[in-house]
Amino acid sequence: MSKITVDETYCKGCALCVHYCSKEVLELSTQRNSKGYAIPHAKDAAKCSQCGICERMCPDFAITVEEDEKCAQK
Amino acid sequence: MNPIGEKYLRQSALPFLWCSGCGNGTVLNAAIRAIDELGIIKDVALVGGIGCSGWIPVYVKADVMHTLHGRPLAFATGLKMSNPQRKVIVFSGDGDCLGIGGNHFIHAARRNLDVTVILVNNQIYGMTGGQVSPCTPQEIKSKTSVYGNPETPFDAAELARAAGASYISRWTTAHPVQLHKAITGAIEHEGFALVEALSQCPTQAGRLSHGIADPVQLLDKLKSQTIGLKKAQKTDPEDLQGKFVIGNLLKNQEALEFACSYSRIAAKAVC
Repeated sequence: MSKITVDETYCKGCALCVHYCSKEVLELSTQRNSKGYAIPHAKDAAKCSQCGICERMCPDFAITVEEDEKCAQK
Repeated sequence: MNPIGEKYLRQSALPFLWCSGCGNGTVLNAAIRAIDELGIIKDVALVGGIGCSGWIPVYVKADVMHTLHGRPLAFATGLKMSNPQRKVIVFSGDGDCLGIGGNHFIHAARRNLDVTVILVNNQIYGMTGGQVSPCTPQEIKSKTSVYGNPETPFDAAELARAAGASYISRWTTAHPVQLHKAITGAIEHEGFALVEALSQCPTQAGRLSHGIADPVQLLDKLKSQTIGLKKAQKTDPEDLQGKFVIGNLLKNQEALEFACSYSRIAAKAVC
């Protein structure tokens, strides 16, 4: 299971990560950051294959995908 | 922030000045991944021109030079020749590199100067308000061509090939992995290396030229205008009109790099 973190300070809500995720893990949420941008969130982190395309596509370095340690221990 | 961003970016300069969905960030992402892979952050010198893409190197914690409009390659030539061991990477836009600094570009390619040029081609002068650039496609509207662009655009890759470049690669920002690998190859290559990254500009090119302000749709449109190198070789040249051939287009390891040929002549002069 992956842990997907979106840094609200830097995200500009462009949704490139949402569109280019081949597993459709991400979606734009209704939650907005202090600049008024809609922030993406992981709707189904279990589907994530950790390919890292969202991290690479993000123009603002706002997304981090890592192995969830809690799940890895199980 | 992403760990790679935390490691290599100047936190005090953040957030980036680019618009939401701009391709410059993706190009920066690919470039610092290439630098990280090669472990050469202490040996690189990054040079940027003027324009949105000229700001790409400014955010990296490395030796950076932010230069005059169109002149990054002129500065990079001096920088490289003063210390040929340095890996010099130039970030430039289509207007900066091919318009204002077109002459520097062809002469750096002609000399086979060992620099890596990352040409961020968004097909417009974005920062100054959306004027026609040398890469704006024909009949496309912009602020200075409100009824359509009457000019024929440059093909940067073919221009570099004709001028004498020895490594040419072209991808879009929708190909971040390929872009990263192409930049790694370009840095490792000894000689003039051009990596052209076709990029989306949702604010200027998107709204004015394509009528699409959404970066996702704009990038999809840009991607649909590309064709892979192998497929292009099997396609009738007439069908390639208006298409961008993407891939690793040229790698010539035979050509002598400029600092090397210069030192040969310098040795003769000393004798």
